[in-house]
Amino acid sequence: MLYFVGLGLFDETDISLKGLRTIQNADKVYVEFYTSNLLGTDIEKMEELYQKKIHVLTREDVEQHPDWLHEAKDKDVVFLTGGDTMVSTTHVDLRLRAIDLGINTALIHGASIASAICGLSGLQNYRFGKSATVPHPYTSSRGKTIISETPYDTIKMNMENGLHTAVFLDIDKDRGFMTVNRALELLLEMESRRSEGVMENCLAVGIARAGSENPTVRADFALSLIDVDLGAPLHILVIPASLHFIEAEALVKLADAPKEILHLTEA
Amino acid sequence: MGRRKKMVERVEALMGNPEMIRNIGIVAHIDHGKTTLSDNLLAGAGMISTELAGRQLFMDSDEEEQERGITIDSANVSMVHEYDGKSYLINLIDTPGHVDFGGDVTRAMRAVDGAVVVIDAVEGTMPQTETVLRQALKEHVRPVLFINKVDRLINELQVDAQEMQIRLGKLIDHVNKLIKGMNEERYNAGWRVDAANGTVAFGSALYNWAISVPMMQKTGISFGDVFNYCRDEDMKILGEKCPLHEAVNDMVIRYLPSPIDAQEGRVSAIWHGDKSSDIGKSMVSADPNGDLAFMVTDISMDPHAGEVATGRLFSGSLSRGMEVYVSGVSNTNRVQQVGVFMGPERLEVNGIPAGNIAAVTGLRDAIVGSTVTTLEDMLPFESIKHASEPVVTVAVEAKHMKDLPKLVEVLRQVAKEDPTLKITLDEETGEHLMAGMGELHLEVIAHRIERDKGVEISTTPPIVVYRETIRGTAGPVEGKSPNRHNRFYVVVEPLEESIIELIRNGDISMRMPELERREKLIAAGLHKDEAKKIVNINETNAYFDMTKGIQYLNETMELILEGFTEVMKGGPLSKEPCMGVKVKLMDAKLHEDAVHRGPAQVIPASRQSIQAAMLMADDTLMEPYQKVFIQVPQDHMGGAAKEIQGRRGVILDMTSEGDTTIIESKAPVSELFGFAGDVRSATEGRAMWSTEFAGFEPLPANLIKEVVSNIRERKGLKADLPQASDFMSL
Repeated sequence: MLYFVGLGLFDETDISLKGLRTIQNADKVYVEFYTSNLLGTDIEKMEELYQKKIHVLTREDVEQHPDWLHEAKDKDVVFLTGGDTMVSTTHVDLRLRAIDLGINTALIHGASIASAICGLSGLQNYRFGKSATVPHPYTSSRGKTIISETPYDTIKMNMENGLHTAVFLDIDKDRGFMTVNRALELLLEMESRRSEGVMENCLAVGIARAGSENPTVRADFALSLIDVDLGAPLHILVIPASLHFIEAEALVKLADAPKEILHLTEA
Repeated sequence: MGRRKKMVERVEALMGNPEMIRNIGIVAHIDHGKTTLSDNLLAGAGMISTELAGRQLFMDSDEEEQERGITIDSANVSMVHEYDGKSYLINLIDTPGHVDFGGDVTRAMRAVDGAVVVIDAVEGTMPQTETVLRQALKEHVRPVLFINKVDRLINELQVDAQEMQIRLGKLIDHVNKLIKGMNEERYNAGWRVDAANGTVAFGSALYNWAISVPMMQKTGISFGDVFNYCRDEDMKILGEKCPLHEAVNDMVIRYLPSPIDAQEGRVSAIWHGDKSSDIGKSMVSADPNGDLAFMVTDISMDPHAGEVATGRLFSGSLSRGMEVYVSGVSNTNRVQQVGVFMGPERLEVNGIPAGNIAAVTGLRDAIVGSTVTTLEDMLPFESIKHASEPVVTVAVEAKHMKDLPKLVEVLRQVAKEDPTLKITLDEETGEHLMAGMGELHLEVIAHRIERDKGVEISTTPPIVVYRETIRGTAGPVEGKSPNRHNRFYVVVEPLEESIIELIRNGDISMRMPELERREKLIAAGLHKDEAKKIVNINETNAYFDMTKGIQYLNETMELILEGFTEVMKGGPLSKEPCMGVKVKLMDAKLHEDAVHRGPAQVIPASRQSIQAAMLMADDTLMEPYQKVFIQVPQDHMGGAAKEIQGRRGVILDMTSEGDTTIIESKAPVSELFGFAGDVRSATEGRAMWSTEFAGFEPLPANLIKEVVSNIRERKGLKADLPQASDFMSL
């Protein structure tokens, strides 16, 4: 049996009771930290609370050589991830591979950033469109630098449909956690290249350390938010489209948004 | 020094007047007397004494060149010549004749507008004469002919006056046939050489005399007189009456174009930008007030000033303190000194205007082939193509561990000075690999590292660099990203011979306008659907994107091509560089979020799809061949021929001249190591020989397994031949 268990957002205590019991009854416990990371804890604290040895898997172990899957044929194996277990789209592949190997699987959910951003900002869940990720720019060995324009396109498309965009920020083992500031800088750079007026007047919500005791939530115009220091990672960015008046009020009260946004609402 | 200083003043005075400038190169087969001719010209210009001309090898600034009696590096000199009562500035580039160093010829042709082609009257046109002539025509450089060692006809071959005329006539006809065959358009435009109209001179560089039809008219010396002087061994008088420098320089000034006349054609040949743009117009007219356009053709090291970039200034003026852009680099460089070359010495001047050959310091980012300009977005000149490819490698090691950091720096320098040299670091073994055009080439470089750069080194025995290619077609083959969310489907097939030829000649590049490239590809026989889909050229391999309307493919293409580049640098069979491989992307499935199709996903997927497909398409090895020309007395011909035949070699042609036999042959580079010593003992040291790169041919089937296993073992790969399935993920 292979259990996919979501750890929740911030530290070892975010796990569900059901998840905890599953770990304690498991024969072997694995975790991966490359798609997300619990910054409020470390492996030692987790092992101490869960009373179980935890094995860390690299991206290669998960994607290219998931030989450890075979252990789940006759043992109970737990695969831990930050957040909710299947929000990182790449993990469904693991589940499909397990099914092909004749292994039964089960999911035990955890709190997800996808719902946390609604809670922390007051933006309403049903008003979100497609999400996007801003990756670190990449300079190829042929000397060309690529900045993906996909997030810009996604934001534009959502905005045209009156939908907010959750913008996930790249976690790279060499280049580190991307900040809200860097992401805005990249999006504005795309704007100056494309001049399609998506970013210049838009609002942006920056959220840091969701799930911790001291999360930071700040809303402002993108051109101003770019200079705001949100503190330690992880960061996530939301680009809201038109605001419902309750959303506007929430952003002012929960996210210190400038009051003038109350007049920008529609509907 | 006084004389030198005065010369600089005269040179500087003429630099600003392009009508009075000739930029020329001297090209020839090895030992046909190129350097002796250069020295003669310098003596005539008062740069060295007449007695020394023909002896001093002034242009051979390298001690090793003087030792070996051959020219290895190009050297430059500016000089003044009087013609028809006016002073002209001749900027001369001497080039090496040995084809192991052929890269320098190509670069020199980039800098000049005209070439003096030197041919030995007895030996006639040799294969390397053809190579250098072809280079000149390709770069839109106009040739004139100097037939050297004419005295040998009379004194060694004992021909009479009539036969001498016939022989010279035949030689000229042959050169014209070559010009016509290489570039009929230029030939018809008047680029044929003709004794009657003055574009041919003949003489003896060693004895300092030369004659041409205009020179005969000027001096009253007839053909018969020349014959008599030679026969009577009175060439000293001939040298006084018909000095070589006068005949040749007159010919250069009268028949080779000034930068004003030449630059329109030259710029068309080497730059594919818009000629009606400001920079385009400025280059065509050699405008000294236009934006700067400087093509770097040589980098050398000055012990005091550091790296010196020499090249041709097509537009604008160079002066100290200018901020300039170097192609491919985003920040600017500041020009320090600007100067001209006087043989081994570089003399500083205040400024150099368009149309000249300049030597500049301070361009720290420049490499050979760089475009240096004051415009941030100028389209660079076409890169310099080399006729020869690196086919032999040695590993270099510092004898003393403490020299290692210095060795790294020195290798960087020699690679910068000699662009035909490729230096790579083998990540697995930590060895520094030096790849060059032949055993001799690498020996010379190794010697130079020890002598000039003061680093004691040891080198491994030379290793042949093979090429991987495919003989069949395969695909579509699927490549999956590690996260399995992205898939690529590629077809591989051998790239059409005609397209390889276009790439090799530099006739197409990814830099030229799309339409022009497409037309050339179609003209060469590529289907028009493919011609507009080419997205990358890597060596003689090409990548085509045959897909239509796949979202996000645009921003993923660079990663796909990075995978392609990796495989072309080292193929799946043996990690040797690839040649002649055509890859077509037929379809792709991409994850919509950018982070799930980043470099860690796309590069391996692209790479593996090509690797697997190549192994399914009859991947094999090609080995480099060299042509070997041996001149040997008849008595020893058998011994020399045996040396070739014993090395999987083929004798292509054999001709006799008196009691000398000339053997033209070719053999695989792998078998030619140690040839120098063996042929020496087989002929009691009586053979003279030279080599020339002769392309790649398939490795015989019975050798493939052994050669591949040896290479794989050397590179730390598992010795078993790889299978396509090794590169396909589940």
